[in-house]
Amino acid sequence: MSLLKVEGLGKSYTADKKILKNIDFEIKAGEFVSIIGPSGAGKSTMLRCMNRMIEFNEGKIIFNNQDVGSLNKKELRKLRTNIGMVFQHYNLVPRLSVIENVLHGRYGYKTTLQGLLGRYTEEEKERAFYLLEKLGIHEHAYKRCDQLSGGQQQRVGICRALIQEPKLILCDEPIASLDPNSSKVIMDHLKSISLEMGITCLVNLHQVEVAQHYSDRIIGLNNGEIVFDGNGRNLGEEQIHKIYGTKSRELITA
Amino acid sequence: MNEQTMRKSRWQTGMFLLIIIVLSYLSSAITAFNFVQGLATIPKALGWIFSNLMVTQESLEKLPKILEKLAETIFMSIAATTLAAVVSLFLGVMGSKTTKVNNFLSVFARFIASVSRNIPVVAWSLVLLISFGQNSVTGFLALFVGTVGFLTRAFIESIDEASQSSVEALTATGATYFQIVSKAVIPQALPQMISWVLFMVETNIRNATLVGILTGTGIGYTFDMYYKMLNYNAVALVTLCIVITVIVVDLISNHIRKVIL
Amino acid sequence: MEAAYIKRKADGRIHIKSGSKGDQAVRWTIITLAVLTVVAFLFFNYAGLELGPAIKETAYNVKVMFLEPALNHFDLGEAIYQVGVTLGLAFLATIIGAIIAFFLALMAAANLAPVWVSRTVRVFVAIIRAVPTVLWVLIFAIAAGLGSEAAVLGMLFHSIAYLVKAFSEAFEEVDKGIFEALQSTGANWWHIIRSGVLPSTFTYLLSWVFLRFEINFGVAVAMGAAAGAGGIGFELFMASGFYFDLREVGFITYAILIIAVLLEVLSTRLKKRYLPAASN
Ligand SMILES: Nc1ncnc2c1ncn2[C@@H]1O[C@H](COP(=O)(O)OP(=O)(O)O)[C@@H](O)[C@H]1O
Ligand SMILES: [Mg+2]
Repeated sequence: MSLLKVEGLGKSYTADKKILKNIDFEIKAGEFVSIIGPSGAGKSTMLRCMNRMIEFNEGKIIFNNQDVGSLNKKELRKLRTNIGMVFQHYNLVPRLSVIENVLHGRYGYKTTLQGLLGRYTEEEKERAFYLLEKLGIHEHAYKRCDQLSGGQQQRVGICRALIQEPKLILCDEPIASLDPNSSKVIMDHLKSISLEMGITCLVNLHQVEVAQHYSDRIIGLNNGEIVFDGNGRNLGEEQIHKIYGTKSRELITA
Repeated sequence: MNEQTMRKSRWQTGMFLLIIIVLSYLSSAITAFNFVQGLATIPKALGWIFSNLMVTQESLEKLPKILEKLAETIFMSIAATTLAAVVSLFLGVMGSKTTKVNNFLSVFARFIASVSRNIPVVAWSLVLLISFGQNSVTGFLALFVGTVGFLTRAFIESIDEASQSSVEALTATGATYFQIVSKAVIPQALPQMISWVLFMVETNIRNATLVGILTGTGIGYTFDMYYKMLNYNAVALVTLCIVITVIVVDLISNHIRKVIL
Repeated sequence: MEAAYIKRKADGRIHIKSGSKGDQAVRWTIITLAVLTVVAFLFFNYAGLELGPAIKETAYNVKVMFLEPALNHFDLGEAIYQVGVTLGLAFLATIIGAIIAFFLALMAAANLAPVWVSRTVRVFVAIIRAVPTVLWVLIFAIAAGLGSEAAVLGMLFHSIAYLVKAFSEAFEEVDKGIFEALQSTGANWWHIIRSGVLPSTFTYLLSWVFLRFEINFGVAVAMGAAAGAGGIGFELFMASGFYFDLREVGFITYAILIIAVLLEVLSTRLKKRYLPAASN
């Protein structure tokens, strides 16, 4: 069953340049899909079109049988509760505690007033602790987020996405600011989330090897166009060249 | 090449100094300021200060009255600053590019801030005095208006500095605008904003003296009264009280700043 | 089984705040200010205040001021001249202040002067700052007589205090390497200042001087009104307190507003261009 379906997606920030051109793909529920491509290819832009953090100009996105492009403000808010998002720079509120940052993921379900008063139910808090424990950072629950290492902060970011109880998680370069060890921890967590919880993951990645190792499927993006879509095993030297537009492999893996 | 740029920069410096000298000359001509006389005044004035501005036993008797006025001034400054901070918070959120609702409101907020900051506190004092009369409310309002202008500008900068990234994250979770502002933006900007508020409390205590002289309220009025009565011992005591107050407030705010920033 | 790392309140609800010292200080500061504000309103002297009529009258006065500005007691040429006087006072206080502040800042910068010197200068500056400018001007007026000398000298103090702080911070950010390089060539202290410190901080210092000039314009207006130092501020005081001529008050306010906004626009540009760059 398809969870996300993209048809003829197009986006331009300025009239003279199209960033995304005629993007078509379909993602099944529970799939782990990586998007790779050189920087400036349009990966972040594409990811943000999925939950309309960026408005697209052309084409159609169907998420969970809903036409994303035609939703009004309220419906869009509802849609976003179903889509978690994880960022390269974690995007936490640095001065607040870890647990508060995780609970931020519940705002989509609350009225403005409940949100302003900062009311969370005890179940929500318990759930937050459960998730923190699952990702192994429960000891830091009461620390301020800016006191955590990058890898720990990213795990908080993942918890914040998970507490939304999303069907899909979008990750924009989740390991680009992390050292190799933390990167592995984060990717392992994402993979197990997808396997155990059945949550679909769409992940922008820089490193081809990582994408090959973790994903069910890889989409290669170059200059706003899909130039590869298939299993990582089928991603050969030639395809990589097509995606990155370079002969030197060192440039890619560096 | 290098020599050329050096010659150019020397030429620029020369021009610059010339302009400064010409402007200084024009300024002293238009204000009838006499450099020599001005310089000569300094030792004379300092001498006068040290021989006349003395706190005496007799002036100490006026201390309770002075302290009462001082308290009025301090409260006036705090109230004006706190209430101005509340208003500025709204204007700051409206004005900042991180949280603005639309461009019109943003420009509007900045405009209000700029006007209320740049219309001199003197003008507000004098206009308010006409209808509000000689009481604390006049001083309070005069300080309030200027403070709104200053704090709004400061708050806009603080909110701008708060990272856009957590706003993005909360938007993506489906949070509403007010939730994002109150839970992601304000918590980040708050310590910086408190720091500005503390700075403004101190500034307003000093400004309150000026406003007090113009509107006949608070410690400024007391100072003016003794000044016109040529009671310099009391003038010295009033000044001393203000100095101590400002320094104490400064020390307290510095301490708080150290903890929160 | 309850996990040990979850903190609960007395009523069994789960804590979520970090409870750091900083957060608590923020909270207590806000509470204290709020309480003091409430107390202030109880404490205020409301002598002769009738709020309703006062607000109505003020609204009317403000309307007259801003919608019907006019000059009645002097002409446009005189107004421009008086604005010039105020600008002149501000300029003199700024320039003289900047020169004095430069030398004091050399003594206040921790990397250029011995600790006890820099500390002494800082305490001295803090005390100077604590006396409101208007008091300085009035005190100097007794000794020097009312006039531009008293105004400029009085305004000098806060200009110096402000610029010493800004300048000394700028000096402290000068790269250590520059000192070492110059010292190793055998340059003396003055040499280091002239060819090391000054060139690398000059535009930065200049921006601060301009920012102070902007502030001093406002101060000069105030001193004209409150301390009889002349200029457009004094005219403002006369129009309002002596002639009760709101239209003239309006005209003068516009004149001051225009200059102030011009200065602000200029200083914001300067700040954007020179100050962030210098802070790295
Ligand atoms: N807000 C924006 N306004 C204009 N151009 C943008 C904006 N965001 C991204 N771009 C442009 O879109 C292109 C793709 O950017 P991005 O999606 O960030 O690529 P990637 O994530 O693959 O590195 C780049 O050329 C970038 O300059
Ligand atoms: Mg990107």
